[in-house]
Amino acid sequence: MIKFSEQQLKVPRLARPVYLVTAGQSKFDRAIPDMRTEELCVDALTMAAELIDMSPAELKSYIHTCYYGHFADHFGDQLLGEAVIHDRLGLDPLGNIGVKTGGATGGSTLWEAMKAVASGYSDCALAMGWERMDEVPTDEGNFLISCAADKDWESPLGHIYTGYYAVMAQRYWQIFGKSEDSFRKTLAEISVKHHGYARSNPFAHAPMDITVDDVLKSPVIAYPLRALDCCVMSVGAACAIICDEDTAKKLTKNAKHKPLRIWVAAGSHTLRPADRRDMDIPLLPNESADQYKDLGERFPGGDRYPGFTGFLAARMAALYGYGMAGVKDPTEDLDVIELHDAFTISDVQTYEDVGLRPYGEGRDYVESGDCYHTNPNTGKPGKLPSNLSGGLIGCMHAVGATGIMQTFEIATHIWNRWAEVHGDEKLWKKFNREKPADWKDLQVKGAKRALAISHAGVGSHVTSTILMDPDHLLQKEG
Amino acid sequence: MSMFGQVHVSDNKYRLKGDFHHLTPNMPIRNADDGWALMGVTNPRDMTYIHSYGAEAVFFESLGQGKLMASRCDNKKCESKGSIYMPFRIFCPDCLVKNTVIDLTDVARKTARVHTFMVCERSGAFSLLDKPIKFINIEFDGVVTILMSYLSMGEPEIGMSVVPIFKTQDPTYTILDLSWVPSGTDEKKLPEGFSF
Repeated sequence: MIKFSEQQLKVPRLARPVYLVTAGQSKFDRAIPDMRTEELCVDALTMAAELIDMSPAELKSYIHTCYYGHFADHFGDQLLGEAVIHDRLGLDPLGNIGVKTGGATGGSTLWEAMKAVASGYSDCALAMGWERMDEVPTDEGNFLISCAADKDWESPLGHIYTGYYAVMAQRYWQIFGKSEDSFRKTLAEISVKHHGYARSNPFAHAPMDITVDDVLKSPVIAYPLRALDCCVMSVGAACAIICDEDTAKKLTKNAKHKPLRIWVAAGSHTLRPADRRDMDIPLLPNESADQYKDLGERFPGGDRYPGFTGFLAARMAALYGYGMAGVKDPTEDLDVIELHDAFTISDVQTYEDVGLRPYGEGRDYVESGDCYHTNPNTGKPGKLPSNLSGGLIGCMHAVGATGIMQTFEIATHIWNRWAEVHGDEKLWKKFNREKPADWKDLQVKGAKRALAISHAGVGSHVTSTILMDPDHLLQKEG
Repeated sequence: MSMFGQVHVSDNKYRLKGDFHHLTPNMPIRNADDGWALMGVTNPRDMTYIHSYGAEAVFFESLGQGKLMASRCDNKKCESKGSIYMPFRIFCPDCLVKNTVIDLTDVARKTARVHTFMVCERSGAFSLLDKPIKFINIEFDGVVTILMSYLSMGEPEIGMSVVPIFKTQDPTYTILDLSWVPSGTDEKKLPEGFSF
């Protein structure tokens, strides 16, 4: 039984308020053979500058330190790729550092940039993430991804990372999903939703107009997961500009939007799921110990926490993040979220880890209709829409950029600029993509607070990024 | 004549013999839709890594000898004293004192059961396992962790009782030397090179 000390559970504290001022991203796709990575990064930074009506050169003049998220050096066959991008962005001689935490790399990059500003080291920091996953054949790509598992104990087992994750999915499927056809259908609905929302996103890699039946008939990858249950493997870049209050005000003087308060927190857990030991469930503010007393009776086999069914790292990232930002009940306090839907089933698991639903009841977030932009059961706005970008399943998973893409997406809702950005005809044309005739405005009306979860593989690293309109904070700060 | 790269240690230094990489030329990548204009280049590379098992070597050596070794924290001052780890951990994750190596073979034969599993239809490059790969995660009585491995025979189910088999003939000295079969499996039917 693992126990945590009081010091370890301390709510993280920022020495001063930190703001997200602007963000930008490139096109995302399975392969972008006509562009070097630096071209994607320049696209992202240029967009960030344009959103606050600045030139890239003007914006760059404020940047003091740079944080680069790029997970897989071996994909690009380039060590110190961060130095290449830093030079090509013309940001020498500023200090910069690379960040690598698997699928959570984007979120971790924001975490580092936020701390740099919160500490006073920098007044303006660049968080830029990218991934280049198109420069090896797919089976070699799978091999390279599997290198993120333990190389002696796991990777030789097929060199297929999906398999290492899928055993966890299987356990959740049988214990909490009770292997029910209705649960399988709910998982398929997540895929339909995310591929569908991606159709309104010009950046998205995998827009699709599909049905539940299409998902259920797609090829089995690792039962019960099928091809359409899985995220895409993408190329692309995303960036964010993180500032202190004075700099944030200066940078947004002529902008259409105001800077947003940002908090980023992080949690971790064993690289090998095999090493997980039992512990009590760390409780979020909207939970009580009593509600889990009979978990093993309601879900036989489900009383081992986190076992192979929960992600402790996600739970801890939420616990720290909610404490920092004053979130008491995420479903009530937040307006829009982006979750790390690497697989449909991990999306459901995350609903529970971050407290949208209690452990064992994640499916209800979908079945209630709360997760939709428009609740299909009521025709009214969803209570807490998730992954309107299309998420990792529909929009992209360019690993180092993913957590930043999610943050860009939720920011556009709070800025009330979602439709302006995603409906821009010029952008669709630039990306050589056809804007659908039934393109939908997915702006969440009146959004003030949002969350993004960035997650590594089988749960070794997870970050929570919380954004808020500074005029709608949840708690007063001393 | 070409030979696979081989390594041994002498005087605490790696001694290398044979070929550790093979040369393949770069090839241009051209755009068939744009007059075969140059877009990039292939960078072939074939390398052999040299890797130390350190204090885990006893685990991997034992597999080829038909034994499953685990480790246990015996530090009297540690709250986790008595915890048995499989996968093998060199150090206790709580007190960081070196664990005691123990033989878990009999416990595995008597108590191993499938905690979860996955039948995977795909594999990555360089995989040596036949598809579909039947991943299983295994619980043991008295062990605080859950080992990941693969099932060589039968169809996996949660709760299924399994026993270890070991590649004692021509071992690979990797985790692939350990596999599992359903309890009661006839030894004559085991995959080539494996035994109980």
